[in-house]
Amino acid sequence: MVDRLATLTTYRRLATASMRARAQYRLTFGLDFAAQLVAGVSEFLAILVIFHHLPRLGGWSLPEVAFLYGLAGISFALTDALIGQLDTLGQMIRMGTFDVFLVRPLSGLLQVATSDMQLKRLTKAVQAGAVLTFAIANLHIAWSAGKLVMFAAAIGSGAAIFSGVWIAGSAIGFWTTDIQEVVNSFTYGGNYLTSYPINIFGVWTRRFLAFVVPMAFVAYYPSLFILGKPDAVIGLPALAFVTPLIAVLTLSVGLGVWRAGVRHYRSTGS
Amino acid sequence: MIEVSDLRKTFTVYRRAGRLRRERRQVTAVDGVSFSVEPGEMVGYIGPNGAGKSTTIKMLTGILVPSSGWLLVAGLTPARRRTELAKRIGVVFGNRTQLWWDLPLRDSFELLRHIYRVPGADHRRRIAELRGLLDLDPFLDTPVRQLSLGQRMRGELTAALLHAPDVLFLDEPTVGLDIVSKARVRDFLAQLNRERGVTTLLTTHDLSDIERLCPRMVIIDRGRVLYDGGTAEIAARFGAERTLVVDLAETRPPLHLARGLVVRTDGPRQWIRFRSEEMTAAALIAAISEQAQLVDLSIEEPDIEEVVRRVYTGEAVLA
Repeated sequence: MVDRLATLTTYRRLATASMRARAQYRLTFGLDFAAQLVAGVSEFLAILVIFHHLPRLGGWSLPEVAFLYGLAGISFALTDALIGQLDTLGQMIRMGTFDVFLVRPLSGLLQVATSDMQLKRLTKAVQAGAVLTFAIANLHIAWSAGKLVMFAAAIGSGAAIFSGVWIAGSAIGFWTTDIQEVVNSFTYGGNYLTSYPINIFGVWTRRFLAFVVPMAFVAYYPSLFILGKPDAVIGLPALAFVTPLIAVLTLSVGLGVWRAGVRHYRSTGS
Repeated sequence: MIEVSDLRKTFTVYRRAGRLRRERRQVTAVDGVSFSVEPGEMVGYIGPNGAGKSTTIKMLTGILVPSSGWLLVAGLTPARRRTELAKRIGVVFGNRTQLWWDLPLRDSFELLRHIYRVPGADHRRRIAELRGLLDLDPFLDTPVRQLSLGQRMRGELTAALLHAPDVLFLDEPTVGLDIVSKARVRDFLAQLNRERGVTTLLTTHDLSDIERLCPRMVIIDRGRVLYDGGTAEIAARFGAERTLVVDLAETRPPLHLARGLVVRTDGPRQWIRFRSEEMTAAALIAAISEQAQLVDLSIEEPDIEEVVRRVYTGEAVLA
């Protein structure tokens, strides 16, 4: 326990240090921030355009989709801010930086993640938060203790699911460093998918998202419970309650793949 | 402190052969290396590029898992107890940094204190000591990316020593440094070994590093140990022999000198090999200027590639 706490302190130190390093490049920081904001706003504009032509999307109203979008967006932004740096693992392996991490008494994953924490990645959380506020203001949700707990659990679980997928995907870089784009399609693409109601996809896509890469448990199932809507995957909205379990499972699989990757790297050195 | 016995590392490399077919090939980077280093010893581990130096260091520091063989560093099996070992060893890679590029040097030290969990009082004492020894004060608050290579290397050495390791691995610590910085790093390493008895394994390209620092050296080539013994013996054979490169005012046939042999010419430039114990460079230069007009000159020290080449061509018999 004392050990865990000490690791947490080290993590906090490393994270703030890399933010401090980033802050040195003020202009870049400002431009990044603006670019992220524009990207985020245009993403939501796409949804508004759809609703300009259709009153409902797969049985979901605009505020409902906004709720889904906001919830998924916050989870994604948290994940991106915490471990987005994993995208550079391939480069770190090629440059030999990862070797430096391996001769320190600290998890390699933690060192890669904190090597460059970028606050701009939280821009998306701000923007998603604004959309979520708009949604809640227009939805008249009958909030109960259960729904509040589900809401909080959904954000944390969503981040854990994204993290699991992200960590597993990045760890593939230990076997081959050429597939970053494929990995991105799961992580960034995953965020895109989770912003829309799952009903608009074909039935097999739905099942894939629910049970293979469990993106349906990011925002979708928790939203069903909070908004009181029917399930379009297998007609079981109660699946919302297994969300935290799925989250723990996904994260464990991600960490397992990472460990296997490090093992592979240490035996092949490639 | 370090024991290596019949250590091997084999990599599988794939090569494209045809459109889809890939050829599998086994490459043995380290091929049955054995040696041991006593506590407090400072040993040079040298060899030409691709000889297996780095692979050995990576196995000794726990980064790579050996294919076979047996090794022990500070009483631990590196591959299996990597994290534990990390607290007992210090590693400096000459060509990559362990410091935080955008932060002041001071901040890197503070972060490492947390990573290695060094108590505050110990940390302050060691910093104070190393600050004096390596003269860090002028650039302690400078971001690492703005440091000169020599300053950065002094920072790297400090970073590797803050957790008071028993064993220090230095992979090309003087690579790219100018003569003054090189001398400073060497003086520091010599002092560190003399006063604290830190066991040190040093890989380098620069034979003069070894001559200055390590009474003993292990030469490896193609993954095998070629020589393990005193540096003085090697230095007597090779180190004493240097090459004077002179640019003459005009192209001339090779100079005839009483002591010193022209081994190569290229236009007005001539390469003259001579032995330090027979004659000083100054005397040689004086002899040359009696015969021809000198424009420029430089002295080349023998490099490790040259030593290894001569071992193979039978010019020298080792051990």
